[in-house]
Amino acid sequence: MSLATSPTDPTPLLEARNVTRTFRVSSGLFRARRRLTAVDGVSLSVRAGEVLGLVGESGCGKTTLSRMLLGLLAPSSGEIRIVGQPAEALGRRRIAELIQPVFQDPYSSLNPRKSIGSIIGLPLRVQGGTDPSTWRKRVEAMMERVGLARSLYDNYPSQLSGGQRQRVAIARALINEPRMVVCDEPTSALDVSVQSQILNLLQDLRRDLGLTYLLISHNLAVVEHMATRVAVMYLGRIVEEAETDLFYRAPKHPYGAALLASVLTPEPGRGVPDTQLGAAYPDPLAVPTGCRFHPRCARVMPQCATIAPKPILVEEGFVECHLHDPRTQQGLPA
Amino acid sequence: MSERILTVEDLRVALPVPAGTLNAVQGVTFHINRGETLCIVGESGCGKTLTALAIMDLLPTRARRTAAKLELEGRDLTQTTERAMADVRGNRMAMIFQEPMTSLNPAYTIGNQLEEALLRHRRASRSEARERAVYLLNRVGIPSAASRLRQYPHQLSGGLRQRVMIAMALMCSPSLILADEPTTALDVTIQAQILHLLAELQREFAMGLVLITHDLGIVARIATRVVVMYAGEVVEAGSAAAVFSAPAHPYTRGLIACIPVPGRTRRGAHLGTIPGLVPSLVGAMRGCHFAGRCPFAVDACREAAVPLEAGADADHIVRCIRHAEVASLPPQRVPEVAP
Repeated sequence: MSLATSPTDPTPLLEARNVTRTFRVSSGLFRARRRLTAVDGVSLSVRAGEVLGLVGESGCGKTTLSRMLLGLLAPSSGEIRIVGQPAEALGRRRIAELIQPVFQDPYSSLNPRKSIGSIIGLPLRVQGGTDPSTWRKRVEAMMERVGLARSLYDNYPSQLSGGQRQRVAIARALINEPRMVVCDEPTSALDVSVQSQILNLLQDLRRDLGLTYLLISHNLAVVEHMATRVAVMYLGRIVEEAETDLFYRAPKHPYGAALLASVLTPEPGRGVPDTQLGAAYPDPLAVPTGCRFHPRCARVMPQCATIAPKPILVEEGFVECHLHDPRTQQGLPA
Repeated sequence: MSERILTVEDLRVALPVPAGTLNAVQGVTFHINRGETLCIVGESGCGKTLTALAIMDLLPTRARRTAAKLELEGRDLTQTTERAMADVRGNRMAMIFQEPMTSLNPAYTIGNQLEEALLRHRRASRSEARERAVYLLNRVGIPSAASRLRQYPHQLSGGLRQRVMIAMALMCSPSLILADEPTTALDVTIQAQILHLLAELQREFAMGLVLITHDLGIVARIATRVVVMYAGEVVEAGSAAAVFSAPAHPYTRGLIACIPVPGRTRRGAHLGTIPGLVPSLVGAMRGCHFAGRCPFAVDACREAAVPLEAGADADHIVRCIRHAEVASLPPQRVPEVAP
């Protein structure tokens, strides 16, 4: 916890500077291809030791952003910097040494034809460097560390449960001692009793190995439990970023508030909340003008439909919403 | 006041598998009254979905279903022919599935699929069916309902498709809706909206709603009564208030301790876990199904089958020989497992 609030190294471990990524998508047999802006001018920094939770609905660009941060996808414009250096200068291999992914679905992210030992050991073979005779020992030690029996070394993914497979994915990510792990919905495909085991493991590993996480999740309760800071993404932009406590106590953006209102805590008698979001849904192919959230916003104002809000700094974070613009608050035109 | 809609007694589903017989559902008993929401909660493989499919008579053909009693509005479903069941399904009871894209027919318009139920079951005219379809699409919160009738499922978002599924289930005003993980494929904001809508419609149409889910948050917020399933059996059932305030089965208690709750669980602290794995349901089993993972287990648990017994009140039933001790602990507490 203390690591997050007082970073020893002022250079962010990972930084996105005004990153945009567009795709050209087909919209029908005889129609022109359209441009989809999945990530639109996002700036983000992750400091060593923190757990940044990235939340938002499907299609908001969370996964595209994470693929760019992992060096798997080049931004259309803007820059990704890792340990203070441009990602292109570092190259794929060096990025993989520093940042590793853990994906959502351990059923599709592990090669079914490779043994557990060889899946976990693959990064060692790719990166080379160390003495191959030590590899098996390192893999076995890592298996133990993530709670997998050494005896599973020669087994195949199909012989493992979902929770065990996710442990394999975590072991593979950590075998080369990266500084940071990008966890994209790491527990969404798991049962709750297995989810809690994986979350506990991620917490322990972070503490023991001094890891930094980017945790992408739609589960706001999981993010609250794990993250030190939260970024809320909506249709390609980060619309709010705040310390976890501040965000969960008083979200600033109406979308952040709606997300929090949607969390169904196990408290009988409280009923299902009304999110007041209406039936409109966010379409990344038709991003609304002005504030992109305005068609669903319960607190919409006239200027929201025409003027895109700028980031406003608030309490060690920021929010993109006219409600928090000092000019709006004084009743002046934005 | 409470009109019984569905009675399920000793429902069993067995599936032949290469290794023998998989006893997926082993004697499930519950009932639901008009105006109630019953949640069946449990993890993958506990038999909750097969229970719903067994009620609908939609099991895979190899599966064998038996029940001491299976009654919908007084009608014995075990004695209903397949042909007569086709008149019951979609008419007196309807089902909403998890993934609306795979349960809507991609080759037919929304209008076609909505109207079909009414045309088939009620011999309604096309214009009557269309009128009801538009009414219900409006009711489930779909904007410009009339023009949606000509659209195909792929033209709608996931949330809208699930709304269409709900409208479709309501076409013949069934007395019972079975919803199997209706919001699992949806975003959290849309999930809250869909559940809000289901709860509202359930009251408005005074239906019985059976909602199957793995999410205890959903259960707590929407259920009148809860049935907790584990390894093919009901392990605990009761009012939502009773089950959450004094969980009497170690499995229920374990599940509650597993989930992080903002403001309640301490950030970064270890969450509860349920060590071990679900036992195989192939072949016969002795004793309590949960004993191998249970921190309360004693020798007696492994020796003989454990019956469902009344807990603190007659409506709160539990399958555990130590339920009184378990229920008396504070709700969040789970003892560490003895090695």
